[in-house]
Amino acid sequence: MFGPLIVKPGSSKGDKTGSWRIKSSPRFLRKNCIGCKMCLAVCPEGCIEGKEKNTYSCDYNYCKGCGLCALVCPKDDIVMQEETAEDKKK
Amino acid sequence: MREFLEGSRAVAEAVRLCKPGVISAYPITPQTHIVEELAQMVANGELNAQFVNVESEHSAASVVLGAVATGVRAFTATSSQGLLYMAEVLFNIAGLRLPLVLTCANRAISAPINIWNDQQDSVSLRDSGWIQLYAENNQEAVDFHLMGYRLSEDKTIMLPVMVCMDGFILTHGMETVDIPDQAKVDKFLPPYKALYKLDPTAPLTMGLLADPDYYLETRFAIQETFKDVLKLIPKINVEFSSHFGRDYHDGLVEEYRTKDAEKVIVAMGSVCGTIKQAVDELRSKGKRVGLLKIISYRPFPYARVYEILKDVARVAVLDKAVSLGAYAPLAVEIKAAFFGKKKSPKVISSFVAGLGGRDITLDSIKEILRKLTQKEVSLEFIDLKPELLREEYGE
Repeated sequence: MFGPLIVKPGSSKGDKTGSWRIKSSPRFLRKNCIGCKMCLAVCPEGCIEGKEKNTYSCDYNYCKGCGLCALVCPKDDIVMQEETAEDKKK
Repeated sequence: MREFLEGSRAVAEAVRLCKPGVISAYPITPQTHIVEELAQMVANGELNAQFVNVESEHSAASVVLGAVATGVRAFTATSSQGLLYMAEVLFNIAGLRLPLVLTCANRAISAPINIWNDQQDSVSLRDSGWIQLYAENNQEAVDFHLMGYRLSEDKTIMLPVMVCMDGFILTHGMETVDIPDQAKVDKFLPPYKALYKLDPTAPLTMGLLADPDYYLETRFAIQETFKDVLKLIPKINVEFSSHFGRDYHDGLVEEYRTKDAEKVIVAMGSVCGTIKQAVDELRSKGKRVGLLKIISYRPFPYARVYEILKDVARVAVLDKAVSLGAYAPLAVEIKAAFFGKKKSPKVISSFVAGLGGRDITLDSIKEILRKLTQKEVSLEFIDLKPELLREEYGE
């Protein structure tokens, strides 16, 4: 038996480190977004995507819930919401 | 061909027959002769291998790790401090599932500095994921290297093997050893074909970060594989015996006159030769004593030990290493083999002897058997000199 001998390049994408998130996660309200890309630029995980205004989202498989996107948003269009263990499984 | 050889020379001959492509080592007593002989063979053109001189054991282990990772059979050897200096890399070799054979010429660990034999070095690395085989004599040392590569490179195993041979007692001891023919070895041990290897044309990564989502499974996998090792060692021994005529039975343990024994000593390595002689002497006087030699310390053959010792009244475990602050390492395993089982020896006493090269003589063995009474003893040090314990410092 060998187990996961991680051998192919780029395999770290398979590490769903979003499981480390312990308290809250960002919700992208998509109401007042002006497409400034500040959230995308500030995200330390690089897991926020979006092009036009009101299209931004984050990949919860990698989001650590640090809250920087919510803090930086000039329109307060991203809010941090408490998250239970049940929520995380969704 | 039967030859009268120094143990180190015999091992070097065995390694030459296994045709490693890369050898790297750093000299340390009492291992040095092994790689000196191999370096000579490479220089003389008798062995087509790259011999990499390095500045430390850490580097030597890293070189062979790299070599095996590119799909080449490799070899290294060390002792004592050298083995401990390799420790970090040894865990990596096992964790990367790279097959390798390493000779550990068993020697005591500093401080105080001591170049003589005990088994503290390899026993200290029992948890590293390496298979550990302990040789009683130089013929076994030779044969375990041949079997070691077969076992290590088996597609279901892919774990490194440490062949442990007592420093000086075996490495510097002259014995008649049967060095097999190259043709026979080639039949028994085909060239190494890697399951996975580092290759620029087909890139892959070994030893990448395994976060908490992955690491546990890699360790579980090694633990499970060790169960397969326990099954494979006897099969390889059957095959070995058909190729070379020497029979180590299941290759996990050796029973010596244990059948109707009332007292059995359990031990590993060269001291078993002395114990066999003591057993023969006592048997000729009608004493029912025997020896159980542990060959495979990792994986540990608990089931075999249970079967052999379950009806024996008294068992003495002889350790040539200690786990300071706890019970002796081999004694722990023997006791564990009977924990919660229906049958068990009435007494399992634990003795420590021979640390730092203190000779274990026939008298030492007889002393152990004398002390193996109805009263169980634990961590009884044999041949202690009480007069040396009187030194005190401070107020």
